[in-house]
Amino acid sequence: MVEVIDIIILSLMAATVIAMVVIRNLMAVVALGGIYSLLAASIFVTLDAVDVAFTEAAVGAGISTVLFIATLALTTRIEKKPAHKPILPLFVVIVTGAVLIYGSLDMARFGDPNAAAITHVAPYYLENTKKDTGIPNVVTAVLASYRGYDTLGEVTVIFTAGIGVILLLGSWRRGLTPPSPHREDDA
Amino acid sequence: MKEYLVLRVITKLLLPFILLFGLYVQFHGDFGPGGGFQAGVIFAAAFILYSMVFGVHAAQAILPEGILRAGIAGGVLLYASVGVLDLMLGANYLDYSPMAAHAKEGQHLGIFLVELGVGITVASVMMTVFFTFAAWRED
Amino acid sequence: MEDFFGLYNYWIVIFLAMAGLYIVIARGNLIKKLVGLNVFQASVFILYISFGKVTGGTAPILVKGVEMYSNPLPHVLILTAIVVGVATTALGLALVVRIRKEYGTIEEEDIHSQDESM
Repeated sequence: MVEVIDIIILSLMAATVIAMVVIRNLMAVVALGGIYSLLAASIFVTLDAVDVAFTEAAVGAGISTVLFIATLALTTRIEKKPAHKPILPLFVVIVTGAVLIYGSLDMARFGDPNAAAITHVAPYYLENTKKDTGIPNVVTAVLASYRGYDTLGEVTVIFTAGIGVILLLGSWRRGLTPPSPHREDDA
Repeated sequence: MKEYLVLRVITKLLLPFILLFGLYVQFHGDFGPGGGFQAGVIFAAAFILYSMVFGVHAAQAILPEGILRAGIAGGVLLYASVGVLDLMLGANYLDYSPMAAHAKEGQHLGIFLVELGVGITVASVMMTVFFTFAAWRED
Repeated sequence: MEDFFGLYNYWIVIFLAMAGLYIVIARGNLIKKLVGLNVFQASVFILYISFGKVTGGTAPILVKGVEMYSNPLPHVLILTAIVVGVATTALGLALVVRIRKEYGTIEEEDIHSQDESM
């Protein structure tokens, strides 16, 4: 049953992406991007990745879409018509896709419990989380305790991105015009 | 947005629930899906909603730029300090076991503090980035 | 035939990733390139998470009475990757705003022709 739901949602995502390639109105493209992220979040739920679905829905369908719309408000809304026929990109994409499909023929089948990816390190975490940390959510335990160093690096990356945006666009308090009594507030 | 009465009223009604849900996700990340990142993003989303409806000035009155900048750095500082504290207590860096009487309690406390640091930084960065985009002018 | 259903998931995801890659390579508008990059990233995440799925398992939150869980390790890696992805997108959008201020346009060909005529 999971496979059937998966295939339906993935087909919806394929339709969304094809629409994104063709449509030139950037507002519609950004909205389709938000829809794509939400469909990806529902795929994550059917694949038992609830933490990842939570994050993808909040971050991809929420913050990312808001930032794109804010940028659209500061720049243009329509994409220019492409000047020449994209033969070379199409060729590159088809060759890359063919190589990836050839590589996927060697992989373990979807859902196989004896795949190497599942029998190597994961059973250690699943067995020892209760004993070492005592919290039921294995993903949080691995993220914050077993692999806490990687999470420190990730927080530093977010910190750097915040610093980068402040450096590029400047302080937002100086950019605010003082409110006058008759002007309408807008964001 | 002065004419959109429904938007303003509904936003004011919804905001406490969104913030409460963000706090719930932050502190119950141990028992269900959740944790620092999701909570930080939900927290930032509440203030971004407020800023979209009431203007960046109103948001700046609640959260001045200095507090957000302190939050961006403070979360990372908290995370790294937990590691240094473990070093000073005699264990490896970011090994939470010596922080309390039993090893399990130490792990609980360590995970709590670390996720708090992550949540503070993520929320501050998301809010700062949005306010910077919203208040930017071309001159 | 059973192989086909076992592999079909991967093939659709590869198609989605390639469509995102096509948007990045073939379109000149900077914002559309960033949207394409997001699509590509999300497809790669789906590929990784589907490696960890176990048929008959459940979400990796320990409860009494459940024996089989899905692999939690890809979830941890992809959680980090999602947040790093949004950080990259935010920086890219800030760069697009500055480019628009300097060049007056965000189409790649116009920027190139302005650069070459300088």
